[in-house]
Parts: sequence; C-alpha cells; structure tokens
Amino acid sequence: MSVLLDAAAADALRSESLDAIAQAHDLSALEQVKAQLTGKKSRLTELSKGLGSLDADTRKAQGALLHSVREAINAALVARQGALQQAALQARLAAEALDITMPSRGQRAGSLHPITQVMERISGFFTQAGFAVASGPEVEDDYHNFSALNIPETHPARAMHDTFYFDATHLLRTHTSSVQIRTMQAQQPPIRIICPGRVYRCDSDQTHSPMFHQIEGLVVSEQANFAELKGLLVQFLSVFFEREVKVRFRPSYFPFTEPSAEVDILDDQNGRWLEVLGCGMVHPNVLREVGIDPTVYRGFAFGLGVERFAMLRYGVSDLRLFFQNDVRFLQQFA
Amino acid sequence: MKLSEQWLRQWVNPAASAEEIGHQLTMAGLEIDDLTPVVPPFSGVVVGEVLTVIPHPDADRLRVTTVEVGKGEPLQIVCGAPNVRVGMKAPVALVGARLPQDLHIKKGKLRGVESQGMLCGASEIGLEDVIDGLLELPADAPVGEDIRRYLNLDDQVFDISITPNRGDCFSVRGIARELGALYEQPYQPPHFDMEPATTERRLPIGLGAAGCPRYFGQIIEKVDATAPTPLWMQQALNRSGIRCHSLLVDITNYVLLETGQPLHAFDLAHIQGGITVRMSKSGEALTLLDGQTITLDGDTLVIADDQGAIAMAGIMGGLSTSVTDQTQDIFIESAFFSPNVIAGRARRYGLHTDASQRFERGVDFELPAQALTRAVQLITALAGDQAQVGPVSFVEQPDLLPQRPTITLRAQQIESLLGFAIPADFVMSSLQRLGMQVEASAADQWSVTPPSWRFDITIAEDLIEEVGRLYGYDHIPLRLPQQPLTLQPYADHFSLKQLRQTLVTLGYQEAISFSFSDAKLEQQLQGSDMALALANPISSELGVMRTTLLSSLLPCVQYNHNRQQSRVRFFETGLRFIAQADIAQLQQIPTLALVATGTHLPEQWQTYSPDADFYDFKNDVMQLLNQARLSVDVVRSQKPFLHPGQSADLLIEGKIIGYLGRLHPALEDTLECGAIWAAELDLQQLQQPYVTQVTELSRFPSVRRDIALIVDATIEVKQIERTIWEHAGEGLLEVRLFDQYRGTGIPSGQRSLAFGLVWQLPDRTLQDEEIKIRMESMIAALATQYNAQLRTS
Repeated sequence: MSVLLDAAAADALRSESLDAIAQAHDLSALEQVKAQLTGKKSRLTELSKGLGSLDADTRKAQGALLHSVREAINAALVARQGALQQAALQARLAAEALDITMPSRGQRAGSLHPITQVMERISGFFTQAGFAVASGPEVEDDYHNFSALNIPETHPARAMHDTFYFDATHLLRTHTSSVQIRTMQAQQPPIRIICPGRVYRCDSDQTHSPMFHQIEGLVVSEQANFAELKGLLVQFLSVFFEREVKVRFRPSYFPFTEPSAEVDILDDQNGRWLEVLGCGMVHPNVLREVGIDPTVYRGFAFGLGVERFAMLRYGVSDLRLFFQNDVRFLQQFA
Repeated sequence: MKLSEQWLRQWVNPAASAEEIGHQLTMAGLEIDDLTPVVPPFSGVVVGEVLTVIPHPDADRLRVTTVEVGKGEPLQIVCGAPNVRVGMKAPVALVGARLPQDLHIKKGKLRGVESQGMLCGASEIGLEDVIDGLLELPADAPVGEDIRRYLNLDDQVFDISITPNRGDCFSVRGIARELGALYEQPYQPPHFDMEPATTERRLPIGLGAAGCPRYFGQIIEKVDATAPTPLWMQQALNRSGIRCHSLLVDITNYVLLETGQPLHAFDLAHIQGGITVRMSKSGEALTLLDGQTITLDGDTLVIADDQGAIAMAGIMGGLSTSVTDQTQDIFIESAFFSPNVIAGRARRYGLHTDASQRFERGVDFELPAQALTRAVQLITALAGDQAQVGPVSFVEQPDLLPQRPTITLRAQQIESLLGFAIPADFVMSSLQRLGMQVEASAADQWSVTPPSWRFDITIAEDLIEEVGRLYGYDHIPLRLPQQPLTLQPYADHFSLKQLRQTLVTLGYQEAISFSFSDAKLEQQLQGSDMALALANPISSELGVMRTTLLSSLLPCVQYNHNRQQSRVRFFETGLRFIAQADIAQLQQIPTLALVATGTHLPEQWQTYSPDADFYDFKNDVMQLLNQARLSVDVVRSQKPFLHPGQSADLLIEGKIIGYLGRLHPALEDTLECGAIWAAELDLQQLQQPYVTQVTELSRFPSVRRDIALIVDATIEVKQIERTIWEHAGEGLLEVRLFDQYRGTGIPSGQRSLAFGLVWQLPDRTLQDEEIKIRMESMIAALATQYNAQLRTS
C-alpha cells in the first residue's frame, strides 16, 4: 500500500532524484539511474500505481504532485544525457586529434623541364594568335638545312654553323629553319607557323651546348612586311618578360632573309643590350625555291634560342645545367 | 675585325666619341663586340735615357743606373732588367707614377741603395712583353716625353663583328667608307705617289683559269728584308690583332688592313720562269708557308711557276718562294680572284686566312692596282735605299670580272616590304652615300648600280635593306599582322601536354638529354653497332645517334646516383634514330622513355616502402595507355638489355609499340645504380585520335562469384583469364585477380590465384542456376586446359 506524498516529501524525492542524476558520470550510469528513478520498480511508478485507489480530489492533487516530480526528473535526465553525450564527443575529438604538422604521405609530383616550360609558354602565345606548330626531322639533308635557305655549298655562312655531319650530304639540323622549308613545300600561303625543336652545333663550352633548342616562326601572306614583323616581336617580348621591355632592331645578315635584323633587349640592371632574336623578311630566293611566287607573297621569319630565354626568365647562369638533368635542379621547377 | 680608333680617324673623323661611333656602326649592321683601350690607365711614365750603369754593391742581379728624364738632375734608379745598358732609351716611371695593377711608385731603397723611380718593361705599362727586360725605345725617342703620347697609347680598339655579306668592310678603308656614309662625311685616303720604274725587269704572267680575272704584279730588286718595321706600323698591326713578322710581311699585312686587298710577296730568286694562275692538278703537292704539305685536288686555284704550284691563290703562299731575311729581290702580287673559286676551298683544306676570308666574300676588283702602288711605296720608303722598282705587269680577262647590273627599285616595293614609305629624296641620297650610282628613271623609280666593292647587292630587296638600315630600323613603325579568323580541325587525342602532366603527377621529372650518346653504351644495350655515327662528334662519349633514349638517360641516372640521389624518376620525349643501309631511309621515331630507380615511394614515416617492382612500374605505364585509350597485349620481351623474366613488349594488333621492364642484371651491374626500370613507347601511337563511345548502364543488379584455383606457376594469369572469358557466357563485366598465394598448403611449383567475376545483363538479373552452370563449365575447362584445381581451404 503506498503512502501519500505531502509537499515536503515530494520535494525530497525530487531533490534526491536530481542528485542521483547529477552523479551519473557516463551514459550507462545514467541509464541505470533512469531505471531506478522512473522504471517499473521505482518509487514514482509505485506511487502512480496507487493513484487509482484514491478519491477523486486526493487523486487529482496527488497526481499533479507526482506529475511535477516526474517532469523534473525527465527534464534532468534529458539534460544530463545531452551533457554526457557532448562530453563523450569532446573526449573522442580530443583522443582523435593528430599532429597536423607531420608531413603528408605518398610522393610529390615531378616537374616539367624548364626548357619545356619555356617552349610551352612561347608556343602558347603564338598558337593562341593563330599560329600552327610544325615539326620535322633532326637528321636533315643538306638541301633543307642549307641549299633551300639560300646557303649554297661554298657560302661562308656554312662555316659559321659548326655543323655535325654524317656524310657529305646528311647532317644534324643547325636550325629549325629546315622545318619552314618543309612546311612551305607542302602548303601554299597564307602560312603562320612556329617550329620548336632541338638543333645542333658542333661547339661545347660554358656558353655553347652541342644541342640546344630553337623556336622559329614564319608568316607568309600577301601583305607581310617588316613593320608587322617588328610589331609582333616587340609585343612577344613584352608578353614573355611580362613587362615593357626596351627593344632595338639592328641590321644583320642571314642568307635566308633580306632585310635581316637582330633584336636586342635592354638589360635594366646593367644598361647593356642583350641579343635575343634574329629575324627578317624571307629572301625571294627561298620563296622561289619552295614554289611560292615572291611577286605575290612576302614572308617574315624569326628565330630564338630557348635556352637564352629560360636563362633570363629563371636566372640560370650556366647553360650546361639544362642538360645535366640533376634532379635537385629540375625539382626547382615543380 | 679589330681596328684602332686613331687609325680610323686618320681616314674619317666625325665629331663624335668612340662610343657614339661604335653605336652608329652597330645600328648600321656592323656590330661592335667590344671597345677596349689599348692599355689600361696609368700616368707618370716618360721616355728616359740610361746614362750610367754600375753594379749594385749588395745584390748580384741589380744594377744602379742614372737616367736622364729631362727634369733637372738625372735620377738614380736601381734596375734588375738584364738588358739595361748605357745609352738605351726606355720608359721611366717617375716617383708618384700610378701604373696598371694599382702599382704606385715611391722613392725607396733597394738593398740599401736609393731608387728614384722605375725603369719599365712592356708589361709594366700594359703592353705585351716581347723580351724579358726593359722596353727598348728607338734612339730618337725624345727624352722626357710622356710615354702615352710617344707610343700613342691614348687609343682604343673597336672589335667589329662583320657579317659574311660585308667583305667590303674588312679594312680601314671599308669601315671608314661606311662611317662616312653614316655621318655624311667623305673619307680621306692617305696620299702617296706611284714609284717610278727604275728597272725594266718583269715576270711573264699568264692567266690559265677563269677564277682570276685580273692580276697585277711588280718586281722590286735589292730590298732590305731585315730593315725594322717602324713603330707606327707595328702598333697598327698589333692593335688589329696581327703579330709582326718581318718588314716585307708586315707591309703586305698593313696594306691588307688598310685597303682590304690581300697581297703576296714572293722571293723572286725562287720563282722558276714565269707566273701562271691556273687550276691545280689533282694530286699536285704544295708545301705551304705554315710548313704543312698538302695534296691539292683538281679544283683549287694556284699560282704556279714553270716547275709547279708555288701558292694557293687567295688563300696562302708556298714555303719555297716565301720571303726571308736573305731575300733580296721580290715579286709582289695584287690580284682579283673570283669569290666562287675561293669560297669553301680554305675550309676544305682546314685553312682559314685573312686573305681567304676576304676573297671568298669578295674583294673590290678595282683595288689591286691601288693596293700594289701603296705596297711598293711603303717598301721603297722603308726597305729601299737600294731598291730598284720594276714596271707594273698587268693581265686581265675583262669578260670575267664581276658584273654590276643595274637594279630597278620602285618606291612601292620599299613600302610593301618595309610596311611604310620612305621619302624619295632619302632613298636616292642614302644609296648615293653608299657609293651606288643612282638615277631617277621614272616617278618613284630608280636605276641603281652598286659599286665594285659590294658583292651583296643584286636585287631590289638588297637595296631596300640598305635604305632601311641607313634610315634606321628603329624608325620603322610597329604594326601587327592581320589575319582572317579560322578554326582548325581538331581530333581528341592524348596530347603531349597531357602526357607530360600525367607523368609529372605520377612523380616523374622531365629530363632533356643529348640525342647523341656513347657508342660503347649503345653497343652494350643493343648488342650490336647499329647506331648512326657522327663524322665529327664533340667527343667519343657523344659519338652516335641514340637508337634508344636509354643510352642518354642512363648516364643521367648515374650522374644523380653519384650525387646521393638513388631514387630517380625520369621521363623524356625525343627522337630515337634507327639506321638503315641508306641514310636517307633513316627512321627518326618520336619516343617517350621512362626510367625509375630506388624505392616505390620516397622515404617517409610509417610507410613500408620496398623497392619499386614490376607491378608498380607497370602501373605507371598502364596509366598512360589508359589515358591514350589504348589496350595492349603484354608479351614477354626478347630485348637484349632487359631482364628476360621481368620485361614485356607492348603490342597493338601484333605491332610492338613499346616495352617495359627491368634492365638486364648484367647491365645493372655495370651501371652500379641498383635495379633500374625502363620503358619506351612510340609517341605517335600514344597520340592516336579517339572518340569515346558510351555503353548504356544496366538497371539490373550485378552478380559476383569468387573462384580460387591452384595451378602450375608457369601458367600465366592472361591464359586463365582467357579461358574464363570464353566460358563465362554473356554479361561478364570484369575478371579481377584479387589474390596470389604460394607457400604453406600449396604444392611447390604451383600457386593459388583468386579471381572475382562480375556479371551484369542489360535486360534482366542473372539467376543462380545459370551462373552455376557457367561456373561448372569454366572450372571443367580450366581443369582440362591447365590442370587447375579448385582451392578448398
């Protein structure tokens, strides 16, 4: 037979229960406390079962009292559960914390060779402007490397080329101009190409490599002229160096262009002019040789040494570094 | 070409500094490589005369001298030079002098004897030492005069880079002419008179070849070949980088530099009979001035006497007729040889001379007479108290002289080539300044005849360049090419850019190595000498064109290995060269190569990283093939440089497109870099165009069955997979090897292989019963074909 609660006893029960809940230090302890306080065998349940035997007024008063105690206990249980869950999450997070300063695992990416990076950079400018990229053989014949370029067999310019030969008529191309010849033989104007690639000269020291890279450009059209050539190259140099470079065009000589010029840029650091390009209007003999009518079409051509541009862009002082392939050097271009 | 400022200013003297002159020449196409003072700055050095010389009391090697320097009392100077003697004149650095190399002269004592200055050798005032000792000055050197003034040392040297088309600029005359045109100021050649003939003696001269249209010669008897070369001539030669030899040679060199006309002086006593200019006979021998005897081909112009060739015309004289100290009578040659008979000949014989350099570019054919007169004048003046001058002999073939046809130039041609118009009066005046005959033949049209010294002006474009460079390239406006907008055809493919980026992501460094490599390494790799050899390699290590990119990449691996870089991943794209019997058929194959050494992953924490193995490396290659949309057959490779058990050829439709694998252990042992993995792939195959075609996705679930087999270890997975595919029926999506096991429970020589099989049909779900039937058929076939047993435990 249950005993009725008076207000003081209800307060005591509430306060006892809340103490027990507060003392539950983890979720399983809280479950146990919950069973003790609100389960089938709990005091509260027993008291609730006894309500039916009470008269209406007493039952109403007693019911309200029990209800308030139960509400208080449930609220405390929910709050405690929330607090304990939060604490458990915090503990997990703390336990799972890593030393985020340790290095990543796996392998780092490699890198493109600086010469490739410069060639792609330059090719990019010109292909975006509508030039096609052309390539050709590196072991060339005399005709494509020299004769067709208005350099006959006994021409003094041949001696300047320090050519690698295989036999009397086969050689390693000394410039990518041979690709211009092959392109013009295969295609009528308008022509706009650039020819990047390896070229070879029989010379080796700190400033000469027996193999190096050139990019040559060729435009053949009805209206090509020297002013266009100048405009294009001045723009190219400013785009490449990402600043307004001071450029000068100096008369020079190439057998395959007339007029010919060398292009210097001003080194702001020391006030000296630095030769970076050769160019000119395609010689009528060259156009005639490849079957293009020089009275209808004119062409201009230019050529640059990629290593020179790479040295200027990346601050490389020794040409040989490009071909030693020391990974400590190459990795810097990643 | 080197040329002193003072010499140049004797011919033309614009009111401009040397730097400004240099800039003008550079911007006109005669690039100044360098402008250097003939000696470094120094001061306080004068001409002194040695009055007395006595031994130093305390030093065997030193002498005590008194030297007159024209400033009051003679100076007492202690001197160690072996050649010091009474009466000689030499430079004296006075107390307070500042010499090159930061040397300051102070009054001091040498071994206890006071020295009031220093007697100088040549190197002490920045000149080249000819002898060990004091620089002996001529007896008439004025005592007390500043040495810089006396020796003309306030001079600079232009080093001018002359392009092959401007042979006319290889002389003081030529540069002065150009400078005169630039400054609109005519040049002044030195004035001299023709020496009257004092003997009738002359040599018969015959022209027996087309290569010599014009030949002048003159005899001078009783020259003094031992007379000294005057200081001014020595200086002019030295400042042009030419060493002094003896007076007669020095004079011919001087006239060459002054006028541009190569001359040759023969010792008349050794010429047998007369002179003939003819082509060489094949096999004819000639001993040249430099002592080497060469065998001539039949295509070389020579000067011959009645006995045979005595000089290679326009290139080098012969030893037998060269002038010596004993020479008394000489014959001087001043000729015009056609560029086309000289061009290339010197190079053919491995020669390069000042004469050949000029003749092959073209020497003014109006010059020989003037140059000869100049040489005779100098010889009689400097070596000729007794000289008897013969008459000038002259033969020519006028029809063979170079033609200077008139060129028509139209203003419209200038405008269309340069892209802008140049004023007509400038066109006319600039061409005239350059020595051309110009006539205005119509409105905006000119008839132009180039001068005898210009061999590079034959078409209108050549004239436009001349006008343009005098106008100044800097004044040509900037325009941009205009072009119609067109789209180019494009097919999807694995581009070179994507390929490179993929390899970079896989951890590879791009390398660029030489296309030529060591024949020995090539031989080691290929087991045969199949590589195309260079005729003139830089070195034997770079002697042949690589037949595989490995022959140039492996040395790079070694280079890094020797620098503590044992884990290397390289790739390179480039040509390899496969020689054929006929070089014209040579194959130049664009190729991608990969090499890898060391651990699979770089050293790092908490990862067990064994050395990369076949399957790691194969994955890198497969990534590329997948991106290129290629599926290949993997077949054991027979390549001699690969490990036969750990290498594979990659085939598409029976054609090998590459290989991958480990280098042969014998090769690895010689390279000493540990295990090396390598692959090469045909770049064109990797870049074939493709269009992706999609298979529709099935709505029905897939079904998987696993099967573990025990088979002989020699049976390849590919064989088993083929049987599985044959018996798996329709809908098999994938056969995935998920385990290989050898060891406990598996008989030796066998292995267990576990496969996961996945089926999926587009229109329904496969039933268990169907799969069971397929599995049984498959297992039966595997048992029959490979004696494969199901693994039960």
